[in-house]
Amino acid sequence: MHRHLKVVEDGEPFAFSEDNAAEVKRILAKYPPARKRSAVLPLLHLAQRQNGGWVSRQVIEHIAGMLDLPPIKVLEVATFYTMFNLKPIGRYHVQVCGTTPCWLRGSDEVFRACRDMGLEKGRTTDDGLFHLSEVECLGACVNAPVVQIDDDYYEDLDYERMKAILEAFRRGETPKPGPQVDRQFAAPEGGPTTLKEHVK
Amino acid sequence: MLQDKDRIFTNLYGYEDWGVDAAMKRGDWDGTREIMAKGQDWIIEEVKESGLRGRGGAGFPTGLKWSFMPKERPAGQPAYLVVNADESEPGTCKDREILRHEPHKLIEGALLAGFAMRATAAYIYVRGEFYREAERLEATVAEAYEKGLIGRNASGSGYDFDIHVHRGAGAYICGEETAMLQSLEGKKGQPRLKPPFPAMVGLYGAPTTVNNVESISVVPTILRRGAGWFSSFGRPNNTGTKLFCISGHVNKPCTVEESMSIQLRDLIERHAGGVRGGWDNLLAVIPGGSSVPLIPKSVCDEVLMDYDALREAQSGLGTAAVIVMDKSTDIVRAIARLSYFYKHESCGQCTPCREGTGWMWRVMERLVEGRARREEIDLLLEVTKQVEGHTICALGDAAAWPIQGLIRHFRDEIERRIDDYQRRTGAIAAE
Repeated sequence: MHRHLKVVEDGEPFAFSEDNAAEVKRILAKYPPARKRSAVLPLLHLAQRQNGGWVSRQVIEHIAGMLDLPPIKVLEVATFYTMFNLKPIGRYHVQVCGTTPCWLRGSDEVFRACRDMGLEKGRTTDDGLFHLSEVECLGACVNAPVVQIDDDYYEDLDYERMKAILEAFRRGETPKPGPQVDRQFAAPEGGPTTLKEHVK
Repeated sequence: MLQDKDRIFTNLYGYEDWGVDAAMKRGDWDGTREIMAKGQDWIIEEVKESGLRGRGGAGFPTGLKWSFMPKERPAGQPAYLVVNADESEPGTCKDREILRHEPHKLIEGALLAGFAMRATAAYIYVRGEFYREAERLEATVAEAYEKGLIGRNASGSGYDFDIHVHRGAGAYICGEETAMLQSLEGKKGQPRLKPPFPAMVGLYGAPTTVNNVESISVVPTILRRGAGWFSSFGRPNNTGTKLFCISGHVNKPCTVEESMSIQLRDLIERHAGGVRGGWDNLLAVIPGGSSVPLIPKSVCDEVLMDYDALREAQSGLGTAAVIVMDKSTDIVRAIARLSYFYKHESCGQCTPCREGTGWMWRVMERLVEGRARREEIDLLLEVTKQVEGHTICALGDAAAWPIQGLIRHFRDEIERRIDDYQRRTGAIAAE
């Protein structure tokens, strides 16, 4: 089970913005009209994004209303899937993978860097900037250890690189995502062993 | 070693553009209409002939799976292809490279597969964390629509076929095909009982086939170059080329396309820069993603990377995600962390899994310290057998197998820790 069920917190009144209303239409068009319940996950994603990174009771009720569902049907989905935050979190959601392939390559050191920067697992920093979570396999294991910060993956980390990334965010910069060592995506460091004529 | 001319994913590393023009230069969407003109049965036969087996872990023959879809349906009844891009099996990160660097291979493959199984539309279910990859895929689908490659009269074939991208939201279990269908329908991702099988009652109750990203993405090349070409790689019953992800204690972790049945040692030394500290520093390998039992170095010395060889070694090819562990590894902790993963990801539907994964993890945590009695090793083994095979889906099995592999090959190490702990605490008690 993913988390202890607790009543989702109250937020501000919620309705989709004008831009997002267009996106809602695009989403609904993907599913047969009689099956619009399929849009629960995409609408929760969209709403969480608009709502500052979390899903409130008002969000649940709004989506339930749009899809003609009892709110409990939306709530049970929001609590089942780990990507929905049911209370406010910090500006940046720092999600450190701790599963075995990342652990083998030093995810403990990544956590240590977070700790030394004042981040604590499951908590938002006092300045409201970072929320630290331990997550399960992010599916980028040949670039381990990996951290997801909001939409982006930061890969091939160690203590120093993780610290540098958090410091950059703290300065208001957005560090470049992807491998933090000299390599092309999932190719071996130092250059690929295959497909060399495609190297640019 | 596989030659570059026989590699399917020539833009695996993303040196070139992912977009439709570059993809066409690489050979994608070449003669798609002509392939479709050969007919549905021809496509299914060709895929059967190629020996392609599902690349998502189970290894079920892909062409055979497609042939389970009804050839005739009541008027107006839809049928679906669902592409499983919920890549979440620890160690596995091959589909991600296809999604972001070779997305047109997936879209063309979805059209050809969907056409062959007489589906009306495809949904591609991408794990929620792959936000950028889903974004890329949405852009690819938009390109394909714009060029008339999919949609009405797809690629000029006269066949209408829609493709939609759907994002998950952080639940490993949605990689299980019926949980994926539940999730697509807007519900909690809890697996369904089979039968009925999805080919009869799938998405929205309509006939549905769920295939992995890699399985679908290799189809266009198989159909262009021929079943005989694909099946010329690897051993009989284990044919084709395959994406391998090599992670853990190697000098240069990477994803690479190689021939099936390549020697594990060859794979690691040629492409991943070898084991950290040399081959003799190897302790064990998990050869097919976290769900398959580990194999110790003595097996790794010779074993081939294919379905049959790894099954004979009491493990499995799974997703071909090779997790390498050198002699510095706390092997009990490495497996205990996987037990935590399965506890976290159990959907809670079946009692043996919901309760068993937590129980097994707690015992594993004690074994890490040695805080246990020797008899508990057999008790744990017994509980893994009680979970295995007693749940709706294979997550229970997947939680059981890594522990079974650990006890099979590293019982000495577990016993040593228990004895050490008793000696330590016994000494304290005697003081």
